[in-house]
Amino acid sequence: MSELNSVDTALLEVIAEMKNGAAPGAYNIRKDSGCAGRMNTENVVITSKEDKPGIDITFAPGCKETCHIPVIITESGLKETVYNDFYVGEGADVLIIAGCGIHNCGEDASEHDGIHAFHIGKNAKVKYVEKHYGEGDGLGENIMNPTTIAELDEGASLQMDTSQIAGIDSTRRDTRIICAAGAEVVVTERLLTHGKQHADSDMEIVLNGADSKGRVISRSVAQDDSVQVFRPRVVGNAKCFGHVQCDSIIMGSAKISSVPEIAANDIDAQLIHEAAIGRIAGDQLLKLETLGLTPEEAEDRILKGFLA
Amino acid sequence: MLELRDLCYSVDTPEGGLDILRNISLTIPDNRLVVFTGPNGGGKTTLAKAIMGLVQPTSGQILWNGEDVTGLSITERARLGISYGFQQPPRFKGIKVKDLLGLASDKKLLSKKDACSYLTQVGLCANDYLDREVDTSLSGGEVKRIEIATILAREPRLMILDEPEAGIDLWSFARLTETFGDLHAKASCTMIIISHQERILSLADEILVVNHGTITHQGPPEEVLPAIVAGTLGDCPMITKEATA
Repeated sequence: MSELNSVDTALLEVIAEMKNGAAPGAYNIRKDSGCAGRMNTENVVITSKEDKPGIDITFAPGCKETCHIPVIITESGLKETVYNDFYVGEGADVLIIAGCGIHNCGEDASEHDGIHAFHIGKNAKVKYVEKHYGEGDGLGENIMNPTTIAELDEGASLQMDTSQIAGIDSTRRDTRIICAAGAEVVVTERLLTHGKQHADSDMEIVLNGADSKGRVISRSVAQDDSVQVFRPRVVGNAKCFGHVQCDSIIMGSAKISSVPEIAANDIDAQLIHEAAIGRIAGDQLLKLETLGLTPEEAEDRILKGFLA
Repeated sequence: MLELRDLCYSVDTPEGGLDILRNISLTIPDNRLVVFTGPNGGGKTTLAKAIMGLVQPTSGQILWNGEDVTGLSITERARLGISYGFQQPPRFKGIKVKDLLGLASDKKLLSKKDACSYLTQVGLCANDYLDREVDTSLSGGEVKRIEIATILAREPRLMILDEPEAGIDLWSFARLTETFGDLHAKASCTMIIISHQERILSLADEILVVNHGTITHQGPPEEVLPAIVAGTLGDCPMITKEATA
């Protein structure tokens, strides 16, 4: 196991709220393709895969646990594809805090492609929080391409909160979630791009079971010359409810394309989509200025609230 | 004290220059409650916005406590104790009522007790609203009352309110007028309220009728109100006998 230095612990705090590399409950810290710390508990077992990079995380049925699985890359030019599988037992109630931080001070691109597969048992409840963050004063790009596939058994729920805070030059996010009867998924995606960054997000929620529910909330801010493309899709194959809401703030010379899609294959599928792109409203800035904020402070506060 | 000297504001139109404010001069002593009234398009809101810095006058001067603030930004004026309640307040996705009250208050950490007090004064139950976002889920009347609560939270020296009654139901309106009356009785700030409502007009120390970009009439309610009702002040159709009934 490799040691954690101050850059590592700072990254871990930003992406996974871990203080000095420590966390309550089970955890696994992946650093530069190696393991920099692992803790199993009675109900959470983390094992390394033998056939490919990555880990299996198994949560015992009925348990109530928290698990941190951050990834940090500090070696410029490192490229990796990692496979993590989550097995959540029936009736479990778990909080999983993931996140990836890249500190790139070199000339070469660093890239982390994380492929996460969730197998969520009957009536289990999962909250999954993932933050992506990049930093470093080198010319090397920070690239993250997360793929998430989740299968929710009957009555299961998944709350997935993802955010890309800053410093990721290129990201391509693929998400596919399949819900059985009575299952419910809420995906909240927050994204800030600046400079010449590019972000692409494809998402599909398939509501297969009766009374399943899917909700996508996407909030994004594109600054400078950055480009964002969203394609959230909800498919209703049964009596179900689906809602897609995409809101974006566009600034500078940025470009945003938002293409929500809803597809009903059942007469009782109730699906809604909303999408909006616009600049910060002038009256919002003026209002906050009348409260004593400078125009810059007002803009920051509006963006902070929007992405909160 | 607020002093306006020969304030003018004009805009260019395809037909030529259009004067919105014409040489308005006015002095409002400290802690007075002054109501601007008059027909739509007469210049009331532009005049109020010019005081806050939301509109830059074409010529003239604005002095606040002896300091020429004509060239100061909105932020600078806000920090001098001037505040402004918008007729149609903006909404903010992701900003909660308590956040907005916290921003409005100069106190580093606004206590829940104070936040509750500001909301109560505008007729809102704090527990129902503090954690709600100031977004489209709120009705127009709710947003309007939250707007007024933010002005109260600033504890300003000069409070400008543009039609605070707009969109507010009768019951909440009664609570608001009571709040304005209490504030005035405490003599803690100067108040300028743009209004067409007789209940607010009657609270005033002085009513100013603004029409065609000038102050056409000025005086205490006991003089100006009967004239408005009698229709002897010229074209002021917004204020009708029914409105004052």
